[in-house]
Amino acid sequence: MARMKFVCDAERCIECNGCVTACKNENEVPWGVNRRRVVTLNDGVPGEKSISVACMHCSDAPCMAVCPVQCFYRTDEGVVLHDKDVCIGCGYCSYACPFGAPQFPTQGTFGARGKMDKCTFCAGGPEANGSEAEFEKYGRNRLAEGKLPACAEMCSTKALLAGDGDVVADIFRTRVLHRGKGAEVWGWGTAYGSQQAGNPPVNGVKQ
Amino acid sequence: MSRRAIGAVLAAAAALGLLAACSEKPQTNAQGVKFDAVPWSGTGTEANTGTVFTAPGWKVGDKTAWQQQIKTRMNGQNEYTKEN
Repeated sequence: MARMKFVCDAERCIECNGCVTACKNENEVPWGVNRRRVVTLNDGVPGEKSISVACMHCSDAPCMAVCPVQCFYRTDEGVVLHDKDVCIGCGYCSYACPFGAPQFPTQGTFGARGKMDKCTFCAGGPEANGSEAEFEKYGRNRLAEGKLPACAEMCSTKALLAGDGDVVADIFRTRVLHRGKGAEVWGWGTAYGSQQAGNPPVNGVKQ
Repeated sequence: MSRRAIGAVLAAAAALGLLAACSEKPQTNAQGVKFDAVPWSGTGTEANTGTVFTAPGWKVGDKTAWQQQIKTRMNGQNEYTKEN
């Protein structure tokens, strides 16, 4: 198996926020923390597009690179997870992440910033699989139940795809071939610093 | 025992009681960053067991079965295999 990835198809996302709700419910994410959210660009303008964003479980994760206490680890399935017992809540990962995935609870002992919380690809954390401690800190471990993340499985239009990068890419490719557009995976260029930022390539070349 | 000695013992006891509130669980673990259990080991209380929430159709503890199960769920996202 390759690496677990998310991809959101902007041609299909209808901004229903079903993925956000599914994530919140499945993992009992506290108030103020959004592991997943839907971002809409040009809201209200004809041609507006939305994408669902959370941790992308980067293959070369910047959060992992900057963490001063090395609380991050990557599973064999390519899921980037972290150990909340090691996290000091410094926020470096938040500055490093291009997707704004790391979240910090605003309530609790230290008020302004607690330990980092982020999407786990519904793979729990370092505690024993399915344990109460794992659920309390990281949420449900759906992967160990033989399921995919709740956000993707809940997506009504199947805009949000989750799973092995190869399989997800195959599904997306099939769609593009059938509908004849939307191959550029709109929106992700913005996150990765591309000047193209969702615009069509100029003379066939991405900026 | 002199009053001074009694005072010192009482002060030490009080300090011990106050400092006990400052204790906390260790924030690191023996191997530094932990590594997770493999996902095909299931979520049951015992190793390689599932729960009522475990998806049917695969044998918990069997890596190949888990991979096949996840692959089936992944391909379930492709409605072109269902409708067209």
